[in-house]
Amino acid sequence: MDKFGPYTKKVIDHFKNPHNYGRIKNPDGLGKVGNPVCGDVMYLYIKVGKNKKKEIIKDIKFETFGCVAAISTSSIITDLAKGKTLDKAMKINKNKVARSLDGLPPIKMHCSMLAVDALSEAIYDYLSKKKKPISKELEEKHKKIEKEKKMIKKKYKKWVEMEEKIYKR
Amino acid sequence: MKKKSKRIYLDYAATTPVDPRVLKTMLPYFREKFANTMSIYSFGQEAKEALDRSRKIVAGLMKAEPGEIIFTGSATESNNFALKGVAFANKKKGRHIIISSIEHPCILETAEWLKRQGFKITKLSVDKYGLVDPVEVKKAIKKGTILVSVIHANNEIGTIQPIEKISKICKDKGVYFHTDAAQSFGKVEIDVGKMNVDLLTASSHKMYGPKGAACLFVKKGTKIEPILHGGGHEFNLRAGTVNLPAVVGFAEAVKICKKEMKQESKRLIKLRDKLIKNILRKVKGSYLNGHPVKRLPNNVNLRFSSIEGESILMELDSLGIIASTGSACASPKLEASRVLLAIGLRPEEAHSSLRLSLGRRTKEKDIDYVIKVLPGVIQRLRKISPFKNYG
Repeated sequence: MDKFGPYTKKVIDHFKNPHNYGRIKNPDGLGKVGNPVCGDVMYLYIKVGKNKKKEIIKDIKFETFGCVAAISTSSIITDLAKGKTLDKAMKINKNKVARSLDGLPPIKMHCSMLAVDALSEAIYDYLSKKKKPISKELEEKHKKIEKEKKMIKKKYKKWVEMEEKIYKR
Repeated sequence: MKKKSKRIYLDYAATTPVDPRVLKTMLPYFREKFANTMSIYSFGQEAKEALDRSRKIVAGLMKAEPGEIIFTGSATESNNFALKGVAFANKKKGRHIIISSIEHPCILETAEWLKRQGFKITKLSVDKYGLVDPVEVKKAIKKGTILVSVIHANNEIGTIQPIEKISKICKDKGVYFHTDAAQSFGKVEIDVGKMNVDLLTASSHKMYGPKGAACLFVKKGTKIEPILHGGGHEFNLRAGTVNLPAVVGFAEAVKICKKEMKQESKRLIKLRDKLIKNILRKVKGSYLNGHPVKRLPNNVNLRFSSIEGESILMELDSLGIIASTGSACASPKLEASRVLLAIGLRPEEAHSSLRLSLGRRTKEKDIDYVIKVLPGVIQRLRKISPFKNYG
């Protein structure tokens, strides 16, 4: 069987044998994205090193709660980003992620966005902690992700309140 | 992990294979006895007789009169018919309809549609097991209430409702009561008299009959409008040439259930409880969704903290086990199951659930195999997960 439901073989390969999963202790940058309401949460850890005076992603690991696509996109983005300079890593977009997996079902395309967001958040985290200059583009992206997180939090609060109501009975 | 060549189907709640005895009964009605049940020549009358016989058989298993059974094309159609039919026939009396918050999408969506047509809808909340509180039903009934519809056994978590208590309240208040028994008919005893229901939905393909046949029990005297207009089929309540092969198959499936249901349910309950007990014991941070006892004999719905249902599903698929995350109907959507949210699960918990529904071909060794491999699947996925505080 080379096709599992809507997924390509490559997606399944990454799901079955994900690359670079786990946690990095004391990471230089950590990107936490996704939300439990949609069923995907991704943590991306990076260690930054130097190569010919340029900052590169020396090590990268992920932890993901999510569907097959979420796990596969997490795995592939670690492959794509590892060893790249921060500038180059930030240029990885969702289409590149999806293409590297030989495609994703349309309904799962948001998972590739999630992976891209996680990486950019990890880089943002590193740059802001080190008080390094942050490009306007990255700053805006970060603000957008933060805004979405707030919205979800509000929605989530509603669920928690409902849960408490049901269990009080 | 190598793919096992054997396939263990544990999604009987989605659909069942047609029983070979059912198929055999159906076959003549495709080519030899193909006549239209409405044709008055003897050839057509033979078909009509087969239809009448089928009606009697289906009525028999729910202790109804044959004239109270309206054959339809699907449980979805039956549920649309029950809600829209009663709504439009009784709108002079009132425009208020009560449903539970854990109905099948075809009731929920029909209710939403009726709302857009000017009807008022109340959705009853449920407790953590998915049970509707009859007291809440009583409170919700107002002057203009014309219908209460509560699912008999939920398709995702298998919780069986206290139908008799709810229907009694409706009777006392003079409100029609409908129950969707698509998942329960043929699995647990159904007696429309004892249950005191005015309308009841039953489906063929959930009980080893073919797809394309279902019925709505409409108690004699119930005011209902047809939703399909045309010829005078089905007592002028459901126009359209009767799908006789499917209806004959449905009846044969009912006949078999009548004979084998009791014993089969007993067997399934044993397997169901073995599966639940062992998984809960072997997997830390695993929970049962739904009621431990008031549940369908074949339904298992488990929740595993920190991991997501679809991933479990795909892992099981590669091990030859076919399961579901909730309901087949909701799978393409990304939102968490409405049923699981209604019983008070948080979205991430609802996303962490797995439904295994057993059936006639499920053997004890299949259950043993699931018990053997499932803990490993959970363990592997948890290694990838950022949430580690389960248990």
